[in-house]
Amino acid sequence: MVGIVVVSHSRKLAQEIIEFSMEMAQMDIRVINAGGTSDERFGTDATIIMNAIQKADDGSGVVVLVDLGSSIMSANMAIEFLDEDLQKRVFIADAPIVEGAISAISQASIGSSLEEVKKSAERAKEYSKK
Amino acid sequence: MIDKNIFLRIINNLSDSIIENKELLNELDRPIGDSDHGSNMVRGFTEVKKKLENVKESDFSTILKTIAMALISTVGGASGPLYGTSFLKASGAVVGKEELDEKDIIAVYEAVIDGIKYRGKSDKGQKTMLDAIIPAYEAFKACVENGGDLKKASDEAQKAAAEGVEYTKTIIAIKGRASFLGERSIGHADPGATSSYIILKSIASVLNE
Repeated sequence: MVGIVVVSHSRKLAQEIIEFSMEMAQMDIRVINAGGTSDERFGTDATIIMNAIQKADDGSGVVVLVDLGSSIMSANMAIEFLDEDLQKRVFIADAPIVEGAISAISQASIGSSLEEVKKSAERAKEYSKK
Repeated sequence: MIDKNIFLRIINNLSDSIIENKELLNELDRPIGDSDHGSNMVRGFTEVKKKLENVKESDFSTILKTIAMALISTVGGASGPLYGTSFLKASGAVVGKEELDEKDIIAVYEAVIDGIKYRGKSDKGQKTMLDAIIPAYEAFKACVENGGDLKKASDEAQKAAAEGVEYTKTIIAIKGRASFLGERSIGHADPGATSSYIILKSIASVLNE
């Protein structure tokens, strides 16, 4: 099953997003928190994200949800550090982190493909709040 | 020529300069950011100094890569991946070198600038570290082309970087969280440009000792 990695500047925020999103999950899937820094500050760390991606992947690939700024840069860097083989099946979703995580986790938990999970996360950009 | 001895002095000196300027960098980051640029950079360069002890016998490329990894895993803010990428690219530009001359430094500048542009999806004029580094590179290169040596060129570079920092006060932030403030970001120097200037200034001061 496709794995999910959540990268926020705050590890606690990422944890809440994961717990909230898992309510929608139909089956247990690999969702890894890669938020915050190793000393529990606000921020991101490419090596933490890299390890999380490796843990999240069971061979089906990984979709990474990010918040802003260094989350995106550190996630991109983390992907560059991975083996080429794994690199090919890791995508950063171009999506808002909360809606994207809920969408991606629901989709992954019904056994959808990597492409479907990524698309589903990115459709979250279009949710109207009018 | 920059030999191993000078190179290690440069790294130690620029780390110390960042550490000494912690409050200034935090202060600059307060009105247009999250007030932590100084603290983040100090955490990074304190780790750099620690790691440097273990690799000082290694070649330039290995040392620069070690610095990059130290920054990536300790800084936390956007400056982590940005300075991390800079040092990684610099590491790639000096593979196999035992001394660095003017041309090598130009190659390092070019690799670093490409790396920052790629990582930050940014360019000159967006109120970022590039507004210090690109003018510094241009001044360095022009000086070398006119027959200037490393000392002279690095001094011209730090002066251009200082002007670049001044210039960031006049423009709107386009990148990072400062961009959320729009017009209100005008009047404030960019913290990233300032830390880049501090680094370039400390390099010039070692070369001109």
